[in-house]
Amino acid sequence: MPETEQRELLLYFGPQHPGMVGNFSITLNVRGDRVVKATANPGYLHRGFEKMMEYRSWMQNFPMCCRINVMDPDPYEMVYAMAVERLCGLEVPPRAHYIRTIVLEMSRLTSHLAWLWAFANMLGFDTPGQWSIGDRDLILDLFDLLTGGRVYHIYIWPGGVRRDLPDGFAERALEVIEDLARRLGDYDDLFFENRLFVSRTRGIGKIDRETAIALGATGPVLRATGLAYDLRKTEPYAAYASLNFDVPTRQEGDSYSRAMVIREEIAQSISIIKQCLSAMPEGPGFAQPPNPFKWEAPPGAVYERIEAARGEVGVFLVSNGGNKPYRIHFRSPSFPHGILILERLLEGASIADVGHIMMSLNVAAPEIDR
Amino acid sequence: MSQVQERQRSLDQKGERKEKVTQQRGSILAPFKALKYLFKKPWTYCFPFEQRPVSPRLRGFHINDLDECTGCGNCADICPNDAITMTEIPGPLPEPGRKNERPTIDYGRCCFCGLCVDICPPGSLSLSRDYVHIDHATDSFTVMADSEKSGNEAFVPDEQYSLFKASLAHRKQANKGFASDLAYSLLNLERIEMPEVPAEERRLSFIEMVRGYAEEQARNEASRCLECRLCEDACPAHLKISDYVKAIWQSDSQEALRIIFQDNPLPAICGRICMKHCEEACSLALRGEPVAIRWLKRFAADSVSDYAGALGLKPGKPTGKKVAIIGAGASGLTAAYLLRLKGHSVTVFEAMASSGGMMRIGPPKYRLPAEAIDKDVDYIASLGVEFRFNTRVGKDVLFEQLLDNYDAVYISIGMQRSRKARIENEERALMALDFLRQARLGPVPKVGREIIVIGGGNVAMDVARTCVRLQQMQYPGQRTVTKTVSLESWDEMPASQEEIDEAREEGVEFNPSWGPKGIVLEGDRIKGLACKAVRAVFDEQGRFNPTFYEDKTMFLDGDMVIEAIGQTYDLSFIPDNLMQSLEFTERRKVKVDENGMTSIPRVFAGGDIVNLNLDAVTAIADAKRAAEGIDKMLMRK
Repeated sequence: MPETEQRELLLYFGPQHPGMVGNFSITLNVRGDRVVKATANPGYLHRGFEKMMEYRSWMQNFPMCCRINVMDPDPYEMVYAMAVERLCGLEVPPRAHYIRTIVLEMSRLTSHLAWLWAFANMLGFDTPGQWSIGDRDLILDLFDLLTGGRVYHIYIWPGGVRRDLPDGFAERALEVIEDLARRLGDYDDLFFENRLFVSRTRGIGKIDRETAIALGATGPVLRATGLAYDLRKTEPYAAYASLNFDVPTRQEGDSYSRAMVIREEIAQSISIIKQCLSAMPEGPGFAQPPNPFKWEAPPGAVYERIEAARGEVGVFLVSNGGNKPYRIHFRSPSFPHGILILERLLEGASIADVGHIMMSLNVAAPEIDR
Repeated sequence: MSQVQERQRSLDQKGERKEKVTQQRGSILAPFKALKYLFKKPWTYCFPFEQRPVSPRLRGFHINDLDECTGCGNCADICPNDAITMTEIPGPLPEPGRKNERPTIDYGRCCFCGLCVDICPPGSLSLSRDYVHIDHATDSFTVMADSEKSGNEAFVPDEQYSLFKASLAHRKQANKGFASDLAYSLLNLERIEMPEVPAEERRLSFIEMVRGYAEEQARNEASRCLECRLCEDACPAHLKISDYVKAIWQSDSQEALRIIFQDNPLPAICGRICMKHCEEACSLALRGEPVAIRWLKRFAADSVSDYAGALGLKPGKPTGKKVAIIGAGASGLTAAYLLRLKGHSVTVFEAMASSGGMMRIGPPKYRLPAEAIDKDVDYIASLGVEFRFNTRVGKDVLFEQLLDNYDAVYISIGMQRSRKARIENEERALMALDFLRQARLGPVPKVGREIIVIGGGNVAMDVARTCVRLQQMQYPGQRTVTKTVSLESWDEMPASQEEIDEAREEGVEFNPSWGPKGIVLEGDRIKGLACKAVRAVFDEQGRFNPTFYEDKTMFLDGDMVIEAIGQTYDLSFIPDNLMQSLEFTERRKVKVDENGMTSIPRVFAGGDIVNLNLDAVTAIADAKRAAEGIDKMLMRK
């Protein structure tokens, strides 16, 4: 039957769908197996963090930040801490910068490995996901050792970090990441160099650099269009200025390029953690902020941003001189990726590609809603 | 972004951009290499038969050492989720620095962030490595945090622990996880240092040794307060300490002063010489230095030059009732102030020529300058309190007359009679209070070059430190020495540690655990003091009952001896018929009821003749109680 004669159907993709990224859905207008129009439906996961934070003191807010994105929680703690530190003029000791960097890169690794599981699954690959979730778990164990929690670490707080590195952490961390580095070759053999993967993703979900910039893309989505834009390089924070690492990019801007950028970032993160462990300065990991019960931040507004696994995570923090934020707003990379760019890329896509295009953008639903 | 794009362009041109992973398609067989994992041992645990090792700093369920916990409630205050409620416990009654409340945790709300651990002043609260709770009852999720130390049977040894029973009522012993670490705590344990005149300089004169905080220092010190209010329970007069410290932190000294004056009209005095029971109870004192509450009170008083303007207090509407107060010391002045605010007319009878009582003659000028006393007492006088100075009750005016002419009488005479040590040649010794009075009000006594002070209390320290200064002034550049002899050992000495330390800094020599036997004379001159070693100061019941080794003796050289072994009161102005009906406590204190009234109707009492603390703030507390009682009695009629 010619396409013009086919009826247009409305297809609900999520929120109850095994291929969905969480409590999120896309409404697809389809004709045959082609998507004519896609509408992203956020709103299933609104928890009101930004409003709740207006009712909690500067210190009470930090355990909540990580919950904005369960896949990659630490950048939110970090960016909140940085904003409060800048607002109040707090100094962070050098050791805390290095520990924070390790934590952020571990978070990036867990996020990328979880992405690999979801992405590979969308393409019908089961084994890489089994592996990556297993490898991710070893890093979660490292978090457990360091912070006392596997998923929500509640570790980076205004002034530094919650506790110093425990005995044996550096050795165990080195073991885990070196093991992961060795296994990257296996991942390539199984998945990244697999012909099935390459042919399923090449040229799919393509976006050019100008559109990506115009729509607010950051992180691997933007870097896959050839722009080496990474806040760790352009506006170094924590210890990144003194570390040596590359910003992987690809030119094509398609699903394949995005996947390959993420794959290469895993190797970079491993190298960053190794550098931090060997260059770890001595000294305290925490400089005491004001008494949490008598803490009034000076009036003002700050915007702090950092490079999370998915792109730019930012926080706009307004203080009217009180003991809690007057207004706080988080900028999350999944918002443009999961709504604007996703809707654009799905137009004309095949139904079979909807899931992996979505995952190639590494959309995290909780980040969109907050 | 344009900068980045530029950089990118140059990178592209130089061809430095690296693509590490080849875009070449791999061999079609490569994915099958994954089969090698078939023969590897899986990483997964076969739960529940195999269990993951638990992290040493896991943030699991709470444990709380109930004996160490003070019930301050900081954990409940910091909790971002309102998961912690302070619950009253049976058992020990609250005491200064401890409330009888302990945290109960609702695990339906807890997010295991551990902020409660990092704000816990005693460090009693920690998170354990237990995290499994299996129970069908929803209310089992709310429990009082506990530990095996308190004898809780829920904590079982490792070998008896079973995952199948794991719950808040079945937990592993010695399983502490995320615990307090002072280097990473939210407690600010270091006090802002108080500027002081160094010992070498201050011993030369009566210059006030504590300089007082500047505004910025006071604000920073005030910012350490956690607002748990343990101090307020410990303060005999229950000043609203948290509130006035907060006002100082907010740079509002006037508001701080208004809060202080609700309970204490002598802030400039108490801000210098208070025995600071509050600071002993301060949460931060458990593992660090307490908030300098006393110095902050002093800051509030010193930074407001005009009390009247700041306070705006007016005497109450006249009630037509008249109250007589005997003694213008801390207790008498406070009672006068409070009764005046209630509208009663108040007359204070004072034997000395000025008000202040013991505060005027006791603490030497280096601790309490006259200006500080004047500031407080002048303000009280400005409220319309009538003072009759140089009027000794029992001599210049009779006690019976007061009873006839006034609706109520408040006795706050303090302890003015020095106790005697009953030693040989005692008539040659000076008495502490006489000496201090002279040193303060003149004529300045001539001191010896080698002075022996008998006693180990705060008055003895005042005497010794005054002696050091007078010696420096009277014998400049010559060798002089002041030594103390006390029955008590270093640990038993009743003087505050602060006084002892400062006296030692100024060169006072100490001879603890020696009892005086007699003053040895050489002709007419004092040669020294014969001493005997102390066996024990207190008897088995803990009562003061010193025993000595009569054969173990020592001789101290000296040309002047001052006794400072305590004082007692003189109630001889009360006529015998009334005296017979005056009741006393077992410790020979005047007995008063909950309104501060003695067993003689319309006669109230307070201060050192009533309480055992013998300090200004307790005298103020007594006055508050009596003022309430007097007002209640007068207004009922």
